[in-house]
Amino acid sequence: MQIERLTKRFEPDAQPAVNNVSLAIDRQEFFALLGPSGCGKTTLLRLIAGFETADTGVIAIDGADMAGVPPYRRPVNIMFQNYALFPHMNVARNVGFGLRQERKPRGAVDARVVALLELVKMRALAARRPGQLSGGERQRVALARALAKEPKLLLLDEPLTALDRKLREEMRFELKHIHQRVGITFLMVTHDQEEAMSMASRLAVMNEGRIEQEGSPEHVYENPANRFVAGFLGAVNLFEGKVAGAEAGLLIVDSEAGRLAVAHSPLAAGTAVAVAIRPEKLRFMTARDTTTPNVLPGIVRTIAYRGEASTCQIELASGQLVRGTMSNGDGKAPVFLPGAALSLSFTPDAARLLQS
Amino acid sequence: MNRLSLFLVASLIFGFVFLYAPIASVVVYSFNASRLVTVWAGFSLQWYGALFENEAIGRAARVSLQVALIAATGALGLGTLAAYGLVRYRRFAGRTLLAAMTTAPLVMPEIISGLSLLLLFVALEQATGWPQGRGIATIAIAHITLGIAFVAVIVEARLSAFDRSLEEAALDLGAGPVRVFLTITLPLIAPALAAGWLLAFTLSLDDLVIASFTAGPASTTLPMVIFSSVRLGVSPQINALATLILIVITVLVAGANRLLRVR
Ligand SMILES: Nc1ncnc2c1ncn2[C@@H]1O[C@H](COP(=O)(O)OP(=O)(O)OP(=O)(O)O)[C@@H](O)[C@H]1O
Ligand SMILES: [Mg+2]
Repeated sequence: MQIERLTKRFEPDAQPAVNNVSLAIDRQEFFALLGPSGCGKTTLLRLIAGFETADTGVIAIDGADMAGVPPYRRPVNIMFQNYALFPHMNVARNVGFGLRQERKPRGAVDARVVALLELVKMRALAARRPGQLSGGERQRVALARALAKEPKLLLLDEPLTALDRKLREEMRFELKHIHQRVGITFLMVTHDQEEAMSMASRLAVMNEGRIEQEGSPEHVYENPANRFVAGFLGAVNLFEGKVAGAEAGLLIVDSEAGRLAVAHSPLAAGTAVAVAIRPEKLRFMTARDTTTPNVLPGIVRTIAYRGEASTCQIELASGQLVRGTMSNGDGKAPVFLPGAALSLSFTPDAARLLQS
Repeated sequence: MNRLSLFLVASLIFGFVFLYAPIASVVVYSFNASRLVTVWAGFSLQWYGALFENEAIGRAARVSLQVALIAATGALGLGTLAAYGLVRYRRFAGRTLLAAMTTAPLVMPEIISGLSLLLLFVALEQATGWPQGRGIATIAIAHITLGIAFVAVIVEARLSAFDRSLEEAALDLGAGPVRVFLTITLPLIAPALAAGWLLAFTLSLDDLVIASFTAGPASTTLPMVIFSSVRLGVSPQINALATLILIVITVLVAGANRLLRVR
């Protein structure tokens, strides 16, 4: 699927809900569209499904331009955020609805419905009405219904948000597994960065109608293009500063937290930048180790125990609060209590420089 | 139980007695063996028997039923269209006016509706030759104008609560707009349509004022028969007729209520 410079405004003089979006999704890919609430994710899906018409731009699926093609003729199916199951039909009839529109023989429809219910493990409840199902069961039915016609592209609008945490994590694996089995291209929208990163082979981060960055989860997480992406995809500590010069192949930045060395291609001295470092890349040290660069003395303020690790807030000498992750792995790493003094450090290649 | 609530319960009972005792007495005296409406002389079904042999009442019953059937069906069609337009098209010139005019008959004094329709029919007949005199057709048209408002209000409520994403899901699964309407929208608003039809039917069945204005000499409806015969003195036969009408209307209204409540 190919999207080129797509723009959609709901009001003539309002901010565009989708702003100059270009996107290419390969066949059989699991692509996630990630962004905060109201950034235009649903609008983009509705444009692709054909419920809204774009002001400008092109949507092409398998090379065919979708302009003017009504929703019921597009090779695309959507799984709605609220599932939109037909309340007056039972599970089997819901799943078979799309197939019945193609006027397939009854036997073929029934066989396919059974296979789909098998796939989403809902065969036993085929005769129930949607009103008699739990949230997770409804979600499975909605998925089966959207898969029934074997669309070229399946759109999923926040498929897991209506579920409780445990079920959500189970369904992540299941959805991924189903994606591998059916071989259909998935385009999933979510505002949960963990969900996007764990499920998708590629993702795009959206903000205010624009795509900020696109790439594999690892690439976008490790190399965020700007402050928004860095902050939205996981937690990040930012040190604002100016480039001071280069030294031994490293870029030196004068920041509020002191002089920092970062592995980065040269930048003109005086350029305003932010040094970004992920919490899990900060090392915790008791003694002041002067052999390494980038040492930040501070005091532990709060510790939030999360099981496999603890998240700490550390106040630096400059007064800035930073986040660090302390592993609770083997019990050998030093343990700090609130109020303890410590030093944080990071290697020059763990940090990233952000210019915007 | 404290004093205040005792007072409240007493007023409630008094209120209901005031409302329903006269109706109860109509029903009780329809089974009276005596011709006198004030003296109880034992149980009898004779007035129901007499009722079914009464030609005038039989004719009026047929007129009333025909009028009610036509009026309910016509009001259902037009009222549904009005509701659909009002709910689905949020912005068009004259929308507020249409909304107000659709619901105006709910509060319009019947005497004014009746009179204006009578004048309209007379003027129409002079101008176009139709309707030739007044009869079932004119009463039905008058009742349609009354029923539209009720149907529109009921269907509008249902459509406003309707989840549009269900229609979009059906479109997405390959059903064209007509099939979406027939397989998704219609079944889901059907209870409201049935309730609207039943209410329009009931309204038509018990309307006296508008029917009196728009009826012709050969098209007397049941309420008109009752009204004119009561002026000559109350007969137990009329009590029996009133009881039957009461039963029919109670069943219809209860049915409409049930339809609106389920799901
Ligand atoms: N039908 C509409 N008319 C006018 N404005 C709309 C309409 N639909 C969406 N918008 C606006 O477009 C913007 C994007 O909305 P959209 O529903 O695409 O957000 P989203 O990214 O899906 O958010 P969420 O995560 O909350 O679902 C919002 O500012 C919203 O107010
Ligand atoms: Mg949304």
